Amino acid sequence: MKEQIRSLVKTVGIPRLIILSFLLLLLVLALVTGMDVKRLLTDSMVRVGRNGLFVLALLLPLKAGLGLNFGLPVGIICGLIGLVLGLEWRLTGLNYILFASVVGTGLAVIAGYFYGVLLNKTKGQEMMVGTYTGFAMVSLMCIFWLLIPFKNYALIWAIGGKGLRTTLVLPAQTAQFLDNILSFKLVGVGIPTGTFLIFAIFCLFIYVFLRTKVGLSIIAVGANPLFALASGIKENKARMQATLLSTVLAALGIVIFAQSFGFIQLYLAPLMMAFPAIACILIGGATLRKASLIHVIIGTILFHTLLTITLPVVTQAVAITGEAGDITEVLRVIISHGMILYALTRKGGD
Amino acid sequence: MKKLTSLFLSNPVPFIFAFLCIVGLWIAKIPLPVFINDMVTRMSRNSFLTLSLIIPIVVGLGLNFAIVTGAMAGQIAAIVVMELGLKGLPGFIVACVIAIPLALFFGFSVGKLFNIAKGKEMVTGFIASFFANGFYQLVFLFIIGTSIIPFKNTTILLPQGWGVRSMVDLINIQYALDSIFRIKIPFGRFFINIPVITFLVIAGLCVAINFFLKTKMGQEFKAIGQEPHVSHIYGINVDRNRIIATMISIVLASFGQLIFLQNLGTVNTYASHEQVALFAIAALLVGGATVKKATVFNALLGVLLFHTLFVVSPQAGQKLFGQPQVGEYFRVFIAYGVVALTLALHAMKAKYSSSS
Repeated sequence: MKEQIRSLVKTVGIPRLIILSFLLLLLVLALVTGMDVKRLLTDSMVRVGRNGLFVLALLLPLKAGLGLNFGLPVGIICGLIGLVLGLEWRLTGLNYILFASVVGTGLAVIAGYFYGVLLNKTKGQEMMVGTYTGFAMVSLMCIFWLLIPFKNYALIWAIGGKGLRTTLVLPAQTAQFLDNILSFKLVGVGIPTGTFLIFAIFCLFIYVFLRTKVGLSIIAVGANPLFALASGIKENKARMQATLLSTVLAALGIVIFAQSFGFIQLYLAPLMMAFPAIACILIGGATLRKASLIHVIIGTILFHTLLTITLPVVTQAVAITGEAGDITEVLRVIISHGMILYALTRKGGD
Repeated sequence: MKKLTSLFLSNPVPFIFAFLCIVGLWIAKIPLPVFINDMVTRMSRNSFLTLSLIIPIVVGLGLNFAIVTGAMAGQIAAIVVMELGLKGLPGFIVACVIAIPLALFFGFSVGKLFNIAKGKEMVTGFIASFFANGFYQLVFLFIIGTSIIPFKNTTILLPQGWGVRSMVDLINIQYALDSIFRIKIPFGRFFINIPVITFLVIAGLCVAINFFLKTKMGQEFKAIGQEPHVSHIYGINVDRNRIIATMISIVLASFGQLIFLQNLGTVNTYASHEQVALFAIAALLVGGATVKKATVFNALLGVLLFHTLFVVSPQAGQKLFGQPQVGEYFRVFIAYGVVALTLALHAMKAKYSSSS
């Protein structure tokens, strides 16, 4: 019995056990204090669907040995351009989402290529270079958002008439478009079926992709570059493919995120978007050397459920009133960066 | 001319930025005395922080993104001094004394982390500062003012009685160092204020760094920076020296932040420290430093150039595009871009040298 428990703890992992028990505790608290638990879970589901693709985007670079892709904003910006152009041309609904996805993907292929070249030239420092490349791109794009000559008055600042607004509101036909497709209630908990389906399709795509020749070469390069070289796999090519796909997934990720959220946040908003995603995959159990789809899915569910339900429950239970800061925000900072720090300082990276 | 060309080729970054600054100044058309006065203030405010980055570079740790923790120590000390109600120079000195043990502790912890994550020091320091920031927020938002850390000063606390305001007026220690001895030089219709003592402190640090690098420990640091393995074989305790270097850097950063705050006179409790590493590092790199090599000269030149750009960009953006935000985002871009570029160049060089 003791052995079994020990092996169970080992397979599930201590961080997940801690977070899972904390989640359960919160749910019990919510039940005891008579909160709308179904509502909390519905919100969690929405958040999971919204953020899934970002987390999935991190999988391939980890597999290819590139480490944590802090450069997600590079792809996110490409998706944002698609989203903004679609709004300028007043597209709505499915057309809008398809248009933004196509434009985003096209731009992400180009940006991802250059980003991949950069990462290939800076082997060993990918994480730091990626972080600051992302930051630099985001701040450069701020100038672009200010100077872009758009005509749609709903997008530009009312006063002055120049530059895009910080937050753009999606039209009612577009907001939650995917979330609402086939959505249903499961024991009172709303399920954003469309978004989940998209996430599932992409997970399946990655699952199949990793079993193709290209996917296997990516895994081989990440596991042992020298061995991969000996078996005739081009390391740089595999790394490039991983980076490119990751950038494209990030671009699609922001399209999914925006339709679910109902808003597009510009300027410095994408700056830190890689960090929660990275926290997700690490909480799911990934390390710098080992990552899988299961880690992506578990991590997204755990982390985003935690973020969604902590604040309402804590506020209800402790009855904090007044100008209290957002304790979820503090919790998010500590957990996500603690997880990254933990991953970075593990011996041998595994 | 030939000499100048070779100097440019060996280190193009400061030249490029000097050029940008001159163009920016020409476009922005800021009155010269106003500009000079602003630059003197900014030099006195930021030099110490930038100088605190040099020692970790010498020992081979790269750019110390974790000086943010030092800035936190400085801020904690500043707020504690406000609570104690100490005024002027004594208050400032007490703040430094309070900051030292905190910074030593942060430095020791970060140094330990660096030793575990060898080869990934920079990203570890970067993430460590975010992590520390989480705890900082926890303490400042939810613990200070409660029975665990009882604070009484209502100008610090939020109206609800616990948690620290996001803006704290440091009226007690404002200009504590600057106002000891100040020279006013008339320039046209304006005056240029020179806080002599602050500059003397900065000069003292410059001399101290150069002197330190000539001592036995300084020489060991240099050896470790160049050849960690050989140094280890020669019996130098590499790990211990790396921790000491981190501790020195973070203690200096805490003083640097206090100098910064006493000049500014207010502290943005939840934001003042966050950008410290970015701006100090960007300034150092603009001055021509690299991940492997940095001097006092790089730091001072870098602060001058980087902050010139900082002052002129909004104005230049206003003049060129009719929008000051363009310039503001441009300077953010410059800060991130120069760090990205330097890191990329460093990684490329490291890759070629290891593959050849």
